[in-house]
Amino acid sequence: MDIAAITSWLQSTPAAEFIIFSSWAFPLIEAIHVIGIALVFGIIAIVDLRLLGLASNSLRVTEVARDCLHWTWLGFAIAVVTGFLMFMSNATVYLSNGFFLWKMFLLLLAGINMMVFEFITARSISTWDDGTSAVPLAGRLAGFFSLAFWLGVIATGRWIGFTLFELPF
Amino acid sequence: MQAFAESLSVTPLSLYIQHQTWVIPWLQVIHIVALALVFSSVFMIDARVLGMTGTSQTMTATARRFVPWVWFGTAILALTGGLLIIGEPVRSLLNPFFWTKMGLLAVALVATAVFQQSLKRNSAFWESDASRRGFIKLVAIVALLVWCLIIIAGRFIAYVQNFVVY
Repeated sequence: MDIAAITSWLQSTPAAEFIIFSSWAFPLIEAIHVIGIALVFGIIAIVDLRLLGLASNSLRVTEVARDCLHWTWLGFAIAVVTGFLMFMSNATVYLSNGFFLWKMFLLLLAGINMMVFEFITARSISTWDDGTSAVPLAGRLAGFFSLAFWLGVIATGRWIGFTLFELPF
Repeated sequence: MQAFAESLSVTPLSLYIQHQTWVIPWLQVIHIVALALVFSSVFMIDARVLGMTGTSQTMTATARRFVPWVWFGTAILALTGGLLIIGEPVRSLLNPFFWTKMGLLAVALVATAVFQQSLKRNSAFWESDASRRGFIKLVAIVALLVWCLIIIAGRFIAYVQNFVVY
């Protein structure tokens, strides 16, 4: 089964047809997608700004991460589910949209950046996250790239809506 | 309002925004980023009120940390939102979703200001054991739902033609 067959099958599912023909389903899914993104970006930004030493400096990185990261994952789960529903309603067209492909690439980079931090930089977190030492360069870079990639995800994501249909979204 | 929207739509700034196709998408991108700051800040405050996060910090410390972001984000939202109205005055000012959003926004901003004042005057109440503040927990949940409705109404502005025939 090739990708074209999968996307055209996705579009023909009853769920996809409902989303396409309903007057409220797509807007509502899109709005919930925005709520998910707002949580992902807004909450991860709290951690990123702490890594950069620009906010929450009275708290340790570990404390900030513990208070925040599970909410980022909640937002991400909401965004993935709603994003997939929108994708399946018009899968073939999304896959041929440049902004959509860029968004997926930036998501991948954000994921790689997170894993590098989690599995390499944060290994030594107990040695530098002691309340007095500065965040090492690798940690600050992780915060910077996270902000940059997620901003890119938001920007390319919004542009999909302006390049997919000939409607004034 | 119709006449006002139409006169606004022929001003030089409105015409500029209408004719440069990149302006509205970029304004919306900035609008979403600012929205993320506001929504997540409100979320962290409300989650703290509910005792779901940040319980190692006092309410006052939590508010000091996040309330400034609510106002900063709101200022950016007002600026980009204002420019979006100028760019598409008829679509926004004659739109029931737009006015729903503005009404809910007024409620949310008044609630934020009341919270800020109450915390300043009566911090002992806010720092007391969460189980004694059942009503406030309900308010926190309602506040979060109001912000969700603001976002939903905002997105529906673009889809008004699905619901209203002019």
